[in-house]
Amino acid sequence: MKSREYAKVIRQEKIAPDVYSLWIEAPQIAAEAKAGQFLSLYSADKSRMLPRPISICEIDPDRGYIRLVYRVVGAGTEEFSGLCEGGRIQVLGPLGNGFPLKEGKAFLIGGGIGIPPMVQTAKELSAIEDRSSIQIIAGYRSEQFLAEELKHYGELYIATEDGCAGTKGTVLDAIREHALEADVIYACGPKPMLRAVKAYAGEKGIECWISMEERMACGIGACLACTCQSTEVDNHTHVKNKRVCKDGPVFLSTEVEL
Amino acid sequence: MKNTKVTLAGVELKNPVMTASGTFGSGAEYSEFYDLGALGAVVTKGVANVPWPGNPTPRIAETASGMLNAIGLQNPGIDVFIERDIPYLKRFDTKIIVNVCGKTVGDYCQVVERLASEPVDLLEINVSCPNVKEGGIAFGQSPHALEEITKEVKKHAKQPIIMKLSPNVTDITEMARAAESGGADALSLINTLTGMKIDIYKRSFALANRTGGLSGPAIKPVAVRMVYQTAQAVKLPVIGMGGICTAEDAIEFILAGASAVSVGTANFADPYAAKKVAEGIEAYMDQQGVEDIRDLIGAVG
Repeated sequence: MKSREYAKVIRQEKIAPDVYSLWIEAPQIAAEAKAGQFLSLYSADKSRMLPRPISICEIDPDRGYIRLVYRVVGAGTEEFSGLCEGGRIQVLGPLGNGFPLKEGKAFLIGGGIGIPPMVQTAKELSAIEDRSSIQIIAGYRSEQFLAEELKHYGELYIATEDGCAGTKGTVLDAIREHALEADVIYACGPKPMLRAVKAYAGEKGIECWISMEERMACGIGACLACTCQSTEVDNHTHVKNKRVCKDGPVFLSTEVEL
Repeated sequence: MKNTKVTLAGVELKNPVMTASGTFGSGAEYSEFYDLGALGAVVTKGVANVPWPGNPTPRIAETASGMLNAIGLQNPGIDVFIERDIPYLKRFDTKIIVNVCGKTVGDYCQVVERLASEPVDLLEINVSCPNVKEGGIAFGQSPHALEEITKEVKKHAKQPIIMKLSPNVTDITEMARAAESGGADALSLINTLTGMKIDIYKRSFALANRTGGLSGPAIKPVAVRMVYQTAQAVKLPVIGMGGICTAEDAIEFILAGASAVSVGTANFADPYAAKKVAEGIEAYMDQQGVEDIRDLIGAVG
């Protein structure tokens, strides 16, 4: 049986404008979770009925902790940003499929608030691969966050829109500037970035796993709100609509239309 | 001995709590949280004669104490439903109510005919979905069209039929009487209220479909009023829904005249919501010294 639980807030800090890092204690979730999965966070204010899906940034199974890094984009995430040590929040998870980690030289591409899941992805990859094979490309609008954590597990390349750090431009500009190569790609970020990464992977013939985002209601595959267009018939409705929350959020780039 | 059983068109439910169509799939996802045998019935998501892909995304938007949805009745069609979903639901000690949708009268009839030999208890005919261009609400906003489709579906249905009414009408009692005249065995209401949300920063519609159905506690007082009016207007049993989150909400509907209630949007806010409502009704009965749930039906005033 799945269960929803109250997680204890260990600590929370603001790590960039509107970006918060929240450590919670949720031993069962921490024991099961893996990179690329997400949690549903429920608002204490009952007038906000829908859970917020937040990707897992880091897992500490020994202490039973989960780290969530999210951006405040509305009233729900604003409420979460006010959580303090000792507080509690209702969570459900881990949800979704996660990244299937493969051996070989990898690109871990994160854009904006798609960067956090790359921390756990890099951490898990570091158990099976050399540091030099873990090439992390992080794209920021301007201000950077999680750079230290990412550097800890792999080679970090930064791209910023305004050129304040690293390559001025996109994550693909950074890959080209450094003439990087990979056998497999893991990516999470805004749709235009995913579209460009998918096209790049297609040209180069690289296996590419992308994490999708869509508005969700139930978070468990029942309501069919968060579908994305798939190239093949899905196994739920037998049309071409995969559920981001249940069949994803991670898909092979050739599996989905962007 | 306390009684929580209610009867709908000759079908006995162990308790009056069921799920609102579209919020619970065919039960599989929620059965990972609790035994569906805790519920009086599971009402499935709408099923058509063939698979429907549904609407473009975004399909949902949160609103104050509720949400808008425009899923567009994405469903796998009756073949997959019969092969996969009905056998799954049969594993649980609960009644099965299949919500039926279609674009034409013929589509509805085809689905109810396919279900005739299946082990389902009741059929709920969805003539009130506001999110599809053809069928759906087109049959649910004209008393004449509603009476005609009720008659047609009734001819082809083996199980009793529940007509699910739209609140997007001038007079709900006129619609309820039309369904009764057409031969409906029960009524369920309310479906969602048509609404709209605009993103003021993007200056665009929050939903790809522009409009969507409003559900959740925000619509509960409207629903209670319509259930009351309907129960007064017809002799058919009424299934009440619209924003039910707690047992207290459910009792309100029952006092207004509902013989059973459905929990919908609350399933998203809490996967255990429907089970908790069923348990809470028993607690209310114990606390209030109610021996038989049926004594509460329409007992307001």
